[in-house]
Amino acid sequence: MKTTSRPAAPARPRSAGTTPPPGDARPAGRGRREALRRKIADQATAYGFLIGGLLCFILFSWYPAIRSVIIAFQKYTPGSDPEWVGTANFTRVFQDPEFTAAWRNTLTFTALALVIGFAIPFVLALVLNELRHAKAFFRVVVYLPVMIPPVVSALLWKWFYDPGAGLANEVLGFLHLPASNWTNGADTALVSLVAVATWANMGGTVLIYLAALQGIPGELYEAAELDGASVWQRVRHVTIPQTRFIILMLMLLQVIATMQVFTEPFVITGGGPENSTVTVLYLIYKYAFLYNDFGGASALSVMLLLVLSAFSALYLRLTRTD
Amino acid sequence: MTQTAPPPVRKAPAVRARKSGDTPAERSVRTVISPLALAGRRGKVAYWSVFALVVLLFAFAFLFPVYWMVTGAMKPPEEVVRTPPTLVPEQWRLSGYTDAWELMRLPTHLWNTVVQATGAWVLQIVFCTAAAYSLSKLKPAFGNVILGGILATLMVPVQALVVPKYLTIADMPLIHVNLLNEPLAIWLPAVANAFNLYLLKRFFDQIPRDVLEAAEIDGAGRLRTLWSIVLPLSRPVLGVVSIFALVAVWQDFLWPLMVFSDTEKQPISVALVQLSQNVPLTVLIGAMVIASIPMVLMFLLFQRHIIAGISAGGTKG
Repeated sequence: MKTTSRPAAPARPRSAGTTPPPGDARPAGRGRREALRRKIADQATAYGFLIGGLLCFILFSWYPAIRSVIIAFQKYTPGSDPEWVGTANFTRVFQDPEFTAAWRNTLTFTALALVIGFAIPFVLALVLNELRHAKAFFRVVVYLPVMIPPVVSALLWKWFYDPGAGLANEVLGFLHLPASNWTNGADTALVSLVAVATWANMGGTVLIYLAALQGIPGELYEAAELDGASVWQRVRHVTIPQTRFIILMLMLLQVIATMQVFTEPFVITGGGPENSTVTVLYLIYKYAFLYNDFGGASALSVMLLLVLSAFSALYLRLTRTD
Repeated sequence: MTQTAPPPVRKAPAVRARKSGDTPAERSVRTVISPLALAGRRGKVAYWSVFALVVLLFAFAFLFPVYWMVTGAMKPPEEVVRTPPTLVPEQWRLSGYTDAWELMRLPTHLWNTVVQATGAWVLQIVFCTAAAYSLSKLKPAFGNVILGGILATLMVPVQALVVPKYLTIADMPLIHVNLLNEPLAIWLPAVANAFNLYLLKRFFDQIPRDVLEAAEIDGAGRLRTLWSIVLPLSRPVLGVVSIFALVAVWQDFLWPLMVFSDTEKQPISVALVQLSQNVPLTVLIGAMVIASIPMVLMFLLFQRHIIAGISAGGTKG
């Protein structure tokens, strides 16, 4: 009598997780329960790996995003219970003369950064791409300022702009130009800060352009040259159309980045003179940490968030591949 | 403006493209100006004039400020503020650096920065890798919804959320712990980095399922598979993520300014600004140089990888 050869017998002590052999004629109910148990075990493992990262996203991305909208409608000072105040925070920050100044400065800063901080890296990349020697040297040197901590860049330029010990006016004098007020003049302060930001950040842009320029097929230039196109026409009709997508991407990224400018005005000018360099993010910081008004700060944050998210959404839409 | 999202390194293999992208000097690529135009006498003169001009421009715009900083700290206090300035210090002294080291308590602040950056890096690697592995290979229920939610955070600029994030750190939900002035205030939010997580996930997606199944048949558990199969294959992307993570913390200013009110706990970036008013100029400059050294050193060591990583973002289009 070979009772052990019955198919069901070896299946009995099966532990969770082992695959049933094919053709195993077990009662259907147990198989389903088994499969369910395995599924649960798999899900538990999957979530076990996911949970740490997920919690951080919940706590530091999703929850704050929702909470900033909630606090924008509350009177909120840490330590006391929040109180609903409707749109009072918004009306209050709207009436603040610094509010208009902050938005005007931020938008001007962004616009200036687009004009100054955008043309220069492109032209620089264009020229570097033509050079056939010391390429590695150029790429390392142009990226060097990016690796210098932003705080150090800001302090360095604060020293350059200094009316007494600064180098900036010395350079102007050397070129027989009149001295400038730089960050001490209400009309020149913002431009001076844009120069710092451009200097400190353009390395990355130049490198991305260089990579993009190297992707342009040489035949296009050859064909254009045969058609009698001048150097400028070749740039205008070959280079720019071929890099149009990258140009657009970097412009959007730059808008998003420059609208969040904080370190330069905070370190170099402290928002002055006459509020000429107060930016939106700086104002948010002031509301939260000087006025202890987190409701007002959140109202400002929500406004900044809405504007920036529109640009981000556009950026993500354009770069989406799948 | 350190928060500039690095341009998306779209596909993980972009990392692999490093080799070919890094040696364009050897390739003769046809650019705007044809090689023929450069071969002639006039072409050569024009080329070398432009070349010299660019070298001078680069030296003045990018190298000179660094030189000015390094030597400025070596000048005596009265020389550094003199007009016209001296190009080469009349007297070389190291007191700018040694005073900065002691007066500004740089060892404390440098150490704080190291602790903050290392912790953020380790936590980011551990949690982001595990989460990316789970989302890519273990297929959790609602995985796509979660991934969508994570990617959606890319749309929310980090700086615009600092205020509610600060309140979360000041009073953690449910457990009501105050993390202000703790390194955890830097470490935990650093993990919520959608860009790095997505980078890892995209890379893991390309590891063939067969490889993992083979390991499973050999009796390897999920963790074992991750550790012995997935991670060794992902070395390039882990390198990129590591560099991004370290640089981000070292360069950040606004967030540590908010969460570290205790001077003893502040990283170097915050301490530099807070102390800049009360120290002589040469000492401040010395401290600025010292604060830059770790990042510049890292850049010089890994410049091939860093530059390739940045350039890779631009090759798509």
